[in-house]
Amino acid sequence: MSNLLDLLLAGLATGAIYAIVAVGFTLLWQTSQTINFAQGEFVMLPAFLVLAAMHAGAPFWFAILIGMLLSLLLLGLGFKMLLVDPMLRHGVLPLAIATMALAIGIKEAVKQFFSAEASPFPSVVPAGDIQVFGHAVSLQSLGVLALAILAVVGLTAFLNRTSIGHQMQAAAQNPTVARIIGVPVERMILLTFLINAFLVVLASLLITPIYLAKFSSGEVLGQAAFIAAIVGGFNQVRGAIVGGLLIGIVDNLAAAYVSTQYRAAVPLILLIVIVLFRPQGILGRAEERTI
Amino acid sequence: MKPAILASVLLATVLTGAAFAQSGAPIKLANVAELSGGGATVGTNWKNGIDLAIEEINAKGGVLGRKLEVTHADSQSNPGVARAQVQKALDSEPYVLLGPGYSGSVKVTAPLAAEAGIAQIMGGEAAELTRGDNKFLFRTSFGQQSSMPKVAKYINDDIKAKSVAIVWVNNDFGKGGRDVITGEFARYGIKVAADLSTEAGQADFAADVSKIKAAAPDAVFIYLNEEESARILKELKRQSVTAPLIGETTLVGQKVVELAGDAANGARGHVGLTTDAPVELVKAFREKFVKKYNYVPDHNGIKGYLAIYMIKATTEKMGKVDAKAFADNLHGLTIKAANEPGILMDVTFDQKGDIDRQGFLVEIVEGKQVIKQVLPKLN
Repeated sequence: MSNLLDLLLAGLATGAIYAIVAVGFTLLWQTSQTINFAQGEFVMLPAFLVLAAMHAGAPFWFAILIGMLLSLLLLGLGFKMLLVDPMLRHGVLPLAIATMALAIGIKEAVKQFFSAEASPFPSVVPAGDIQVFGHAVSLQSLGVLALAILAVVGLTAFLNRTSIGHQMQAAAQNPTVARIIGVPVERMILLTFLINAFLVVLASLLITPIYLAKFSSGEVLGQAAFIAAIVGGFNQVRGAIVGGLLIGIVDNLAAAYVSTQYRAAVPLILLIVIVLFRPQGILGRAEERTI
Repeated sequence: MKPAILASVLLATVLTGAAFAQSGAPIKLANVAELSGGGATVGTNWKNGIDLAIEEINAKGGVLGRKLEVTHADSQSNPGVARAQVQKALDSEPYVLLGPGYSGSVKVTAPLAAEAGIAQIMGGEAAELTRGDNKFLFRTSFGQQSSMPKVAKYINDDIKAKSVAIVWVNNDFGKGGRDVITGEFARYGIKVAADLSTEAGQADFAADVSKIKAAAPDAVFIYLNEEESARILKELKRQSVTAPLIGETTLVGQKVVELAGDAANGARGHVGLTTDAPVELVKAFREKFVKKYNYVPDHNGIKGYLAIYMIKATTEKMGKVDAKAFADNLHGLTIKAANEPGILMDVTFDQKGDIDRQGFLVEIVEGKQVIKQVLPKLN
């Protein structure tokens, strides 16, 4: 029983990080029909930006700020203006392929400028345990879970309870009508890209202390988050959250009770089942776009 | 000038030129290593050790008056790529082939070097590598058949464990180590409480550590590559596993300590090569390496360095640069550090290419390897 609790908690903690990344996927899809296959590399890069700032002598908290600003600039503004805007007019597929090229470019650049070796990364959550009903629970797992949930709840509240959030939803659902009623659609789309950049930085800060900073670490994350978004429902933020948590738990339980070798296949099997029997995803809605 | 005299002068000129070219031309070596991918730590250390040794030897006039020259190729930690790179390297007819470091890559490349009759000095540790009849393959460190019995003895005699969880990486290196240590445990009557296979490059060890906790062993034996070792140490700490953590070389390597931080404290293991060894020549090597590369090398850095000094000592013993005779001369050779300081510690190579050298039992204390016991050379 205690083993199952450990597995569930670890799965939820990892799944919450997948959820953050998956939410970014859905946001970009909803507002600009961008399927970002470089999303995993977007999570990998901020950790290296933080490390670069630390190597230059900045303390950890300041390095995080620098990493955040650079990520907003590169992965938010730069991504939209330099890649998405010019490619989108040629269709969704060329843009998706362009993001694949971007993923390779980011990975190779990090390998070239930093190293092919893994690097340690400080944790934003303190180490240690706390006792919950007589059972030792990792503070790090709880901290990661709490921060991830906070981010997702905060984002959901922002989208559903603020004027800007409503404008973003309007821009996503029907940009033409939104423009007529005075919603600055272009600005809302840019904001979505900036929110995605913020989310990937957060995911990076949470996952890198566990997975280590390595140029190739985005591959696993990108795939997991993509599956999570489809399983949960690509057109719903809440779907991405459920999908992320589910993939995290399924992955851990599969590793423990099926086999380590086949663990990577289990989320894919789940994906196939969902696509066959509920193509819109667990919480998704058919032919509707909303955030 | 008479035709006979003219012909003599021309012949003398040609012969002198050829002799000069022969004596002055650099000795070409080819290195194929894991410079990217999961084994990047292994390959990068190995390459840097090679470059350092070559720089030293060339600065002192080279080997038999000839400079050493090496080309580096990246196997991407992939046996298929390694095989292609080794074939390419052999086509350029090197004096000796260096690498790879991963046992799986050594396994698929060794037949190519043997067929070409070129000696291959490599970093792999899987027991099976030197069990065949390959006369051209040489280790730079202990094979698992030498190191695992020492680890099992330590777990039985010092830790006094009655049950052990084994975590191993599912590749040639990990499976070879797992098979040897399981046999040793059976000999001591130690029960295997959990037998956990993990994947190379695995990032998440939460489920594996949960299984270890559920098995409640007296000790955990961890046999993974460097990055995975660091990740599982962090997870073991995260899930508060308190059983002694024992490994062989990789678990207590410098890179693992750097990556795992505090989580590496308390890990113990057998190492054949460590820069913390209480040996003056090893300390001097460490200083030179740190000065050049600005980091402390792990055992792979020492292996690369030793490989070059193995070439130097063998070639000087032969008194000529002869690729075909190299392997025969290295078999059975004892190189003493007193005669060749670059070899760092006395070493003997047997007819299989395995080595005999002193080893160490270490523990990580406050982020540093502390030597607990020196295990002497057998012969």
